[in-house]
Amino acid sequence: MDTTPAANGPNLLEVRGLTKIFGTLKACDQIDLTVAKGEIHALLGENGAGKSTLVKMLFGSLEPNGGEIRWNGQPVRITSPGVAKKLGIGMVFQHFSLFEALTAAENIALSLADDTPIGTIAAKSRALSYSYGLPLDPDSLVGDLSVGERQRIEIIRCLLQTPDLIILDEPTSVLTPQEADKLFETLERLRSEGKSILYISHRLEEVKRMCDRATVLRHGKVVGHCDPRQETPASLARMMVGSDVKMAERTTASVKGDELLGIRGLSRKPASPFAMPLKDIWLNVHGGEVVGIAGVAGNGQGELFEAISGEALQESADAVRIRGKTAGRMGISARRMLGAAFVPEERLGHGAAPRMKLSDNLLLSRHATDAKAFVGTAGLVKSGAIQQAAQRIIQVMDVRKSAPDPEAAALSGGNLQKFIIGRELDRNPSVMVVNQPTWGVDAGAAARIRQALIELARNGSAVLVISQDLDELFEISDSIAVMHNGELSKPIPIAEATLERIGLLMGGAEPGHIDHAKEVA
Amino acid sequence: MRIELVKRPERSALFAALSPFIALALTLVAGAIMFSLLGKNPVEALYYYFVDPLREVWSLHELAVKAAPLILIAVGLSICYLSNNWNIGAEGQFIIGAITGSILPVMFPEFQSWIVLPLMLLMGIVGGAAYAAIPAFLKVRFNTNEILTSLMLVYVAQLFLDWMVRGPWRNPEGLNFPETRNFNPSAVLPEIWSASGRAHWGFVFAIVAAVALWFVLTRTLRGFEIMVLGQSPRAGRFAGFSSSRMVFFAFLLSGGLAGLAGISEVAGAIGQLRPTISPGYGFAAIIVAFLGRLNPLGIIAAGLVLALSYLGGEAAQISIGVSDKVVRAFQGILLFFVLACDTLILYRVRFVRTTAAKAGEATQNA
Repeated sequence: MDTTPAANGPNLLEVRGLTKIFGTLKACDQIDLTVAKGEIHALLGENGAGKSTLVKMLFGSLEPNGGEIRWNGQPVRITSPGVAKKLGIGMVFQHFSLFEALTAAENIALSLADDTPIGTIAAKSRALSYSYGLPLDPDSLVGDLSVGERQRIEIIRCLLQTPDLIILDEPTSVLTPQEADKLFETLERLRSEGKSILYISHRLEEVKRMCDRATVLRHGKVVGHCDPRQETPASLARMMVGSDVKMAERTTASVKGDELLGIRGLSRKPASPFAMPLKDIWLNVHGGEVVGIAGVAGNGQGELFEAISGEALQESADAVRIRGKTAGRMGISARRMLGAAFVPEERLGHGAAPRMKLSDNLLLSRHATDAKAFVGTAGLVKSGAIQQAAQRIIQVMDVRKSAPDPEAAALSGGNLQKFIIGRELDRNPSVMVVNQPTWGVDAGAAARIRQALIELARNGSAVLVISQDLDELFEISDSIAVMHNGELSKPIPIAEATLERIGLLMGGAEPGHIDHAKEVA
Repeated sequence: MRIELVKRPERSALFAALSPFIALALTLVAGAIMFSLLGKNPVEALYYYFVDPLREVWSLHELAVKAAPLILIAVGLSICYLSNNWNIGAEGQFIIGAITGSILPVMFPEFQSWIVLPLMLLMGIVGGAAYAAIPAFLKVRFNTNEILTSLMLVYVAQLFLDWMVRGPWRNPEGLNFPETRNFNPSAVLPEIWSASGRAHWGFVFAIVAAVALWFVLTRTLRGFEIMVLGQSPRAGRFAGFSSSRMVFFAFLLSGGLAGLAGISEVAGAIGQLRPTISPGYGFAAIIVAFLGRLNPLGIIAAGLVLALSYLGGEAAQISIGVSDKVVRAFQGILLFFVLACDTLILYRVRFVRTTAAKAGEATQNA
């Protein structure tokens, strides 16, 4: 304890027995938490452990069902974000709430209650941003800014209200490793000024590196308080998950097979004013390999996925080749018929219809490819065969569910993702394209999914994984390409890839795609 | 005391089945209150409204006559609504179907053959579908709101019919009444069982359409496509279904069925075109579609219930002298309760005692 003097300071925030119930689910169950003055306190937990619910109660967006909150020793009721701000609690959300068509300063002005002139706000924000090493031009349009810069707006907006406690919800999930380093410097500076920080993350390395104390949540309960510096990432993971976490086993890549997925000079105009255009993308994925695409969110990964899947058609048929056939003008069903399978980022509402049963969701992506097995004459649906196939997938992927054939929305994120991945694997596709395979998925399910993707590649299929999770890409990929600003870098073989090199590409330091394009052509 | 709606984790199957009945019961209660406020004996009024029309065979035939267009239109609308296309203009498609279907008997009264009637029905379907294609095209091409365009086209159709029967299509031997000539016998939709009453083949069309669409919805890939595109359009696109093709499919189908209802009504029940050929079937069918839970089989039952409200309204006008507006009021009350009771499928009602909650807060603050 004495190694972290800050933790011994008087408690700024004390939470006792805080409980929040949604229907029958106890999202937070008797949570105890103390944050001392001048400490960086980590809140650790898997997705769905109750971290967001807890901080929403602290910030006044949710009303607790029971328990008490003490601020500087005084019991308080935080009934709205306004009350929280007045007390001195500021929050930087994971998903930004910014107007893209307004400037940074205008966005900041919107959140301030008083009617300070916009010029004053701009000057103040500029001064503050430079003094904390987060340079920001208050007059720039948010739509033109990168995700990292947008986060700076949120942080500056929060700091302008001079809070004593700053809550940061998964701040590094949208940053390159280098940007994250910069953020850590800022946080350490804030700590030295006596501010307290509640830092929510599931990235153990950064918690271990920076945080003074940690509170670990699992299934809505506090499972332990610890000093992260005394722990190893493995021991922290064990606390979070409740059991040992298995890493996916990577066997060495066998001989490269034929080119199964080819992307040649793919460009796409932005579909909306703030969508990312795709610029001359070249990529080959061969049978037997897993190619990863890294990148900060919003750099065109979603647009690229839609272009490859055929949800958006290309102008030239040659822009996308699947198993050697030009597929650029084909719709998604025709591309599936060529042997490709797709798993989008959004599970509910894109990869699956939320209010439909699992068996119906099986038919969703398989009605064309498995027409013989699932659809009879005159478009009659063979529900028996579909049920059987659904049960098979549920068994193979170990999908946990409460009813024999529940609605997709009734499953947890991890279990639904296992089903959606299993639905495609069950076809044994020769090309598999997955966007964010384990986003919001618990560690156990994530390991299972990664293992399945590696196995698919080792059996001769081409696998393309788009992910923001660098650890994941390093774990499963044979080579990693980086998307930045709608452009794709040359893939770097995993043996040569370092976190630093990938990070620089994510920040747009090295446009590697140009010579690569020539090489492929 | 405070009433809270708590979201259920899953749709309640029990309330999905019960909610139309709860709505009906609440409608009866509200109706009884309405009648007492009008100074009528509520028990007597409800009796004339809901029981008296069911006591004789001929009036059961009348029930079928009224239910036929409601069911035909409503099953088409159910496909629209399930696929998230909000066709509110069935009344207009009904009228246009009736007009295009009447081209042969009005303009070529000498053309008499067994083929006239099938041609009329076909032309009615085509007319209704073509009229529904207008809002569909506007939605797909210009992203207009189909609720507004389809609704406005109703008034266009109504005025067009009015002009037709007063102008170009007025019966030359009709003493200047705004009516077309009476259809010749080969253009009249025959009665199903003419010995006992007026019910014509339109009712059979309605039942066949309902059963066929129920089959399509529950057993075929097309039905699956309708449900997916209606529930989550993006997942539908991921499945490889085209939402603009679905807009046309749903509008053409519902427009065609409304057109068939229109020509069946004119060729079966009326026998000529008049300025007004529908007591609002196209709008009442919206209630029927929702009262039947957008399920074609449920719509058969719901169509009969709404038809009863029309008959009962007539009976009540004659027997106890209430205004014909009471029918519309009843239908409005029914639709209101149907939609309100649907809340129970997704939400649970919870009564919270405010005093207890305050005490709880007090201990929190202590």
